[in-house]
Amino acid sequence: MFKYILKRIGISILILLGVSVILYTLLRCMPTDYIEQQIIALAGSGVTVTEEYVQAMYRAYGLDGTIIQGYFRWLGNIARLEFGTSFINHRPVLQEIFSADKIGTSFFVALVSTIFEFMIAIPLGITAATHQYSFRDYLVTVLVLMGISLPSFFFGQMLKNIFAIKLGWFPVSGVKDPSLGAEASQAVILVDYLRHMFLPILTVVILSIGSRMRMTRTNMLEVLNADYIRTARAKGLNESKVIYKHAFRNTMIPLVTGLAGLIPSLFSGAMITESVFDLTGIGSYALNAMQVADIPVVMTYNMFLAVLSVTGVLLADLMYAVVDPRVKLA
Amino acid sequence: MEEKNLNEVENLENIEFDTPTDADKPLDKNIKLMSPGRMVARRFFRSKLSIAGISMILALFLFCWLGPVVYTAWGETETDRSGAYDYFEYEAKDENGNQFVQFIVSGYSINKLALPSGEHILGTDQIGMDIFARLMYGGRRSLIISFMAVFITAALGIVMGGLAGYYGGIVDNIIMRICDMLMCLPTLPLMLILGTVLESIGIKSIYYIYILMILLALFSWPGMARLVRGQILYLREQEYMVAAEAMGFSTARRIFKHLVPNILPQIMVSMTLSLGSMILYESTLSYLNLGVPAPYASWGSMVEIISRDTEILKNYFNVWGPPGICIIIAVLGFNFIGDGLRDALDPKQRR
Repeated sequence: MFKYILKRIGISILILLGVSVILYTLLRCMPTDYIEQQIIALAGSGVTVTEEYVQAMYRAYGLDGTIIQGYFRWLGNIARLEFGTSFINHRPVLQEIFSADKIGTSFFVALVSTIFEFMIAIPLGITAATHQYSFRDYLVTVLVLMGISLPSFFFGQMLKNIFAIKLGWFPVSGVKDPSLGAEASQAVILVDYLRHMFLPILTVVILSIGSRMRMTRTNMLEVLNADYIRTARAKGLNESKVIYKHAFRNTMIPLVTGLAGLIPSLFSGAMITESVFDLTGIGSYALNAMQVADIPVVMTYNMFLAVLSVTGVLLADLMYAVVDPRVKLA
Repeated sequence: MEEKNLNEVENLENIEFDTPTDADKPLDKNIKLMSPGRMVARRFFRSKLSIAGISMILALFLFCWLGPVVYTAWGETETDRSGAYDYFEYEAKDENGNQFVQFIVSGYSINKLALPSGEHILGTDQIGMDIFARLMYGGRRSLIISFMAVFITAALGIVMGGLAGYYGGIVDNIIMRICDMLMCLPTLPLMLILGTVLESIGIKSIYYIYILMILLALFSWPGMARLVRGQILYLREQEYMVAAEAMGFSTARRIFKHLVPNILPQIMVSMTLSLGSMILYESTLSYLNLGVPAPYASWGSMVEIISRDTEILKNYFNVWGPPGICIIIAVLGFNFIGDGLRDALDPKQRR
């Protein structure tokens, strides 16, 4: 077991190195780097820009030399846990990304919607499976498949248009009502925050229920066909006991192991939804950083996600062995 | 041949009995054996959802390809210039102090943001183009792009997964690590970066979305490769494969005659489902301004306007609603078909 984990961690590090090479190369291939934009702006304001100054700028930002040199310099910095500073507002990258209003907002949206997603999708999946081919099964299936089929920007804008702009029930965008002064009480601020979060969370939940519900339904159907369910019924147990005590627990195996795979999505931020509702989350921040080629921010953000997803896969495999005693890790 | 017969015997409950009137026939004439393929087709068409999915997709294809043949009033990039004359009014004074009013007529103005009428079934958009016509031409583009991306993904996935599964060992290890690597890359950020890189090498902006979707396919084959590899690893150990090897069949025959037909169902399900997600990707990329440029249409780029213009979002549903609904119909149709196929192909199904 221990040896297996060590081996997996070793492979994961190799994978992460590969990912970072691909990302760094692509980023350096981007046409207008930040310095170029700065220099164009400087020249535009009438300052004469000398060749030495340009060179000095590139050196200061660590962008002189070839891509290969740059990559190894980046790797060296990461090994010393120096993540650099953002090109745009010159603050340390870690402070930028891991602040409450950026990753905090995204994490809040993702966490709440994941909880709702499970709370809605699992019961739906179970009823659909126990009433297979009935009207209820068809209705649930059609509804959740419609949810998966919605483009996030279209659905988000539609919700915004109906509930925020037309009906005015919810704020149109942002995370905080600017008219709330410092004297507002904690409760008012909290209610205001939740009102701002309602539509983004609703968007994410509706879009994601579908796949979880289909998964639950398929697993449940498989379990319901198993011999031990027939045995349980033959023993004369009542139906609810058969379903919730015998079938559901076994349906849980893939659901529980799937939890670890959710780790990256909790922190990645919903890029499109956030930009539709103008949330200051990590997703829309990264989108912005990508458009202005803010290399330290983009690298750190994407590598952070890559680390999370590698860890998620490893944890999912380990959980599988913990939850299901039949699985042996080799 | 052997495996087919086995399947038929296993599925005895799928035997159909003829009507009782010909009961005097010998017993073996009374029963009709169904091939596995026919059973799958029967199960598939029995589900109302699959039929709904097929009709939705067929309707969309007819609309996009036959539509422009029938509806020739407006073209894809044709601007309606029948709007009212537009003029500016100035009050001016000449050098003697006489006041006069000056009109500047700015020629034909375009008939933009027209409401649905007999002339424009769905009205016109912000640059005076007929939405109904653009819906059809845009649909062609969106559907072609998605099919292209799915076929490239599938081809790459099948080849890589097949190699990994069949040869195993070091080949398998390398291919699977590449898969892990690609699965760690966040798709949407990657596409944004690639979009600007494309811009810098001076490719015409009309080709962006095609190239981006090809690149997307190059990054999204690991899912298919894992599926194919897993299936091959499982099937390789089956008795009929051992038998095929023992009978001295060539590798090519073993792969294409015995392995591939057995993996094909899963591949088809996965491809149908990913058609839907590719349409969503195309529209999302268009929403992020990486789609086809201005005069040309695709469903995603027709919705994109609402990210820039709140006025249109609020008051002109006829501009951005129809393309969005088309996207939903297409994705939903493919999802229904994929779902129906998966249920129909599941050998454990008893109905």
